[in-house]
Amino acid sequence: MKRSNRPIFWSLFGAGGMVSALVGPMLIFITGIAVPLGLLVPRETMSYERMLALAQNGFGKLFILGVIGLFLFHGLHRIYHCLHEVGLPLGHGWMAAFHGLAAAGTLAAAYLLIVIG
Amino acid sequence: MKTYMRPMAGWWRRNPFYLWYTLREWSAFFLTAYALVLLFGLVQLVQGEAQYAAWRASLATPGALLFHAAALLLVLYHAWTWFKVMHKTLPFVRVAGRRVPDRAIFAAGVLSSALLSLLLLLWVLA
Repeated sequence: MKRSNRPIFWSLFGAGGMVSALVGPMLIFITGIAVPLGLLVPRETMSYERMLALAQNGFGKLFILGVIGLFLFHGLHRIYHCLHEVGLPLGHGWMAAFHGLAAAGTLAAAYLLIVIG
Repeated sequence: MKTYMRPMAGWWRRNPFYLWYTLREWSAFFLTAYALVLLFGLVQLVQGEAQYAAWRASLATPGALLFHAAALLLVLYHAWTWFKVMHKTLPFVRVAGRRVPDRAIFAAGVLSSALLSLLLLLWVLA
């Protein structure tokens, strides 16, 4: 019997769900609301120098890759099912495309984190 | 071959439970979009200081702020439901041979989230 790829994608979906449940709201608040408005967190927090230093630090790289990659795998997996639920049963080919998109985004982030030094 | 498909149009509006469920599921759309915003920020960071400044300016526009406010609310709701069902999604958790009650698993999830979020904020402020 052919082995199912479900456990891999289910794990990535689960990991993304867990990370986004633990730190998602705070991350969105910091990068999307607090820093752009200079509310509670100073605007310089996301200055070019500080974010470059984060992306060049080993722990920072792992953090950025984990957040982008896992959020993509979680989100795209769920969007696929959402579309099914509203009457768009896309089928396995499309599911592979959704997972492929998440993988492409993760690889792009990994590549960028390597070239940034 | 054409098979019969039961019509399901508008099912999610029929019951408040389905409506909340649908709202939770669509939080994934905002989470994905947020990941893409960050990925684009990383692209701009690699491109250089001027491009990165343009990305940051785009984050301060009303549209971006509105998007992030909506994403914040929906992902917060996702987090709540994620911990709410954790006693079903996790294998049985046993401490000293006894099953940990569902409420304790939910409380542990919410507390971990609050603690990690606080640590994240303190790390950013440091």
